[in-house]
Amino acid sequence: MGKDRKLRILVAKPGLDGHDRGARVIARAFRDSGFEVIYTGCHQTPEQIVNTAIQEDVDLIGLSILSGAHTYSFPRIMELLKESNAEDIRVIGGGIFPLEDIPKLKGIGIREIFEPGAKLKDITDWVEQNISPRKAVAFEGK
Amino acid sequence: MDIVEQIVSGNVRATARLLRDIDDEIPSARAILKELYPHTGKAYVIGFTGSPGVGKSTLVDQLATRFRKEDLTVGILAVDPTSPFTGGAILGDRIRMQRHFLDPGVFIRSLATRGHFGGLTKSTNDMVNVLDAMGKDVILVETVGVGQDEVEIANSAHTTVLVTIPGMGDEIQAIKAGIMEIGNIFVVNKADREGSRKTIRELRNLIELGAKRRNGDDWEPPIVETEAVKSRGMEDLHEAIRNHRSFLLSTHTEKWREVLEKRARIQLMEALREEAFRTILARMEKDGNSFDLMVDQIVEKQSDPYTLVQEIIAKEMG
Ligand SMILES: Nc1nc2c(ncn2[C@@H]2O[C@H](COP(=O)(O)OP(=O)(O)OP(=O)(O)O)[C@@H](O)[C@H]2O)c(=O)[nH]1
Ligand SMILES: [Mg+2]
Repeated sequence: MGKDRKLRILVAKPGLDGHDRGARVIARAFRDSGFEVIYTGCHQTPEQIVNTAIQEDVDLIGLSILSGAHTYSFPRIMELLKESNAEDIRVIGGGIFPLEDIPKLKGIGIREIFEPGAKLKDITDWVEQNISPRKAVAFEGK
Repeated sequence: MDIVEQIVSGNVRATARLLRDIDDEIPSARAILKELYPHTGKAYVIGFTGSPGVGKSTLVDQLATRFRKEDLTVGILAVDPTSPFTGGAILGDRIRMQRHFLDPGVFIRSLATRGHFGGLTKSTNDMVNVLDAMGKDVILVETVGVGQDEVEIANSAHTTVLVTIPGMGDEIQAIKAGIMEIGNIFVVNKADREGSRKTIRELRNLIELGAKRRNGDDWEPPIVETEAVKSRGMEDLHEAIRNHRSFLLSTHTEKWREVLEKRARIQLMEALREEAFRTILARMEKDGNSFDLMVDQIVEKQSDPYTLVQEIIAKEMG
């Protein structure tokens, strides 16, 4: 009767614009795929996002971006994860990106970038295939 | 440092990971909980329950701010329902708590019910213990208010706060006396809305009927009017909680003992149920008695759950 671990995903929206429809849509799609989604609303700083990801012990951070906020926030988030020894938490992004930025983002460790044309199913399928819940804490007892 | 030492010294990552293992019912988590237990018993646990949208998360956020002013550290467990159709969940209580994300004195964890009834998750009590061992002074637990069944939190918290809003008079009437009896403090939030006074009167009447019976005649549950979004009434709520705590602690030592016993009883019961089930299941597997096979037998009407359980107990525990 070994149960599968639940995948936990943080859906966050860095940046200043107050419009989070895209983030809500993807949050619902993740829920409908059976994942547990932590949803934190708009205006998140990289520090807030990384602290939340660690406290919630998520496997994946999904960043929704509208207006170019990625050039600062994506690298900063990757940096903070590294500083916190939490690089095992994966990061993906969704939204509008200048074409030339995509290889750069992948270069700093962003796993995948989904552009506005991406179907929800493509995104949830990608997560199912590429992200698995982390292993249990090792403890030998005393 | 092993994980137990890490958690006791307040390590956030280690704590977060253990909470996940507990939630996922990983057997090794039990051994860790056992080691952590001697470090528990210091935190004060406050439960918040009430119908969806009444403002529980906003109140929890405000109270966390209030406790931080006193330099108390705060742990928050916020429970939201799992979708019965997909097994997934959207946990959105954090939206109201953003200002605490950067404060190392506040640890917030969102939890999904995962099919457990009663407003809590199966493992909320274990998680409270972990945050307690981690050194949090106050633990705030927000539970899913489904109307009838959120009684569980009353067994886990030292103080239970029942949250309503104006105009919920009819709804309150419909709620069984049982639920009225679990509240040590009643909050009428969104007092900016019409009908707040009327709701307070209705609540007062119901409390006369129900709450006094459970709390004993010496604790009269206060009704606090709040407007959480504007931080109005928070001093009153804070004071009400303090008063209830002193009531439990100093004036009536047997009351404190009662609460400790209530919490111990529920945890022993849960641990026993869990362990007994796990043990029997392991023995069944070893003996080649498949659980799935028994399920088939029931479906095909070759046997029934009651007979099978009797057989299992006789064979595996006899
Ligand atoms: N007018 C008014 N709105 C409030 C008040 N307190 C909270 N709200 C609003 O009520 C809505 C729900 O608040 P939450 O704190 O999320 O309520 P909740 O009980 O935690 O909701 P669930 O977790 O979904 O059950 C939000 O839009 C709040 O801003 C208040 O005192 N007055
Ligand atoms: Mg809430």
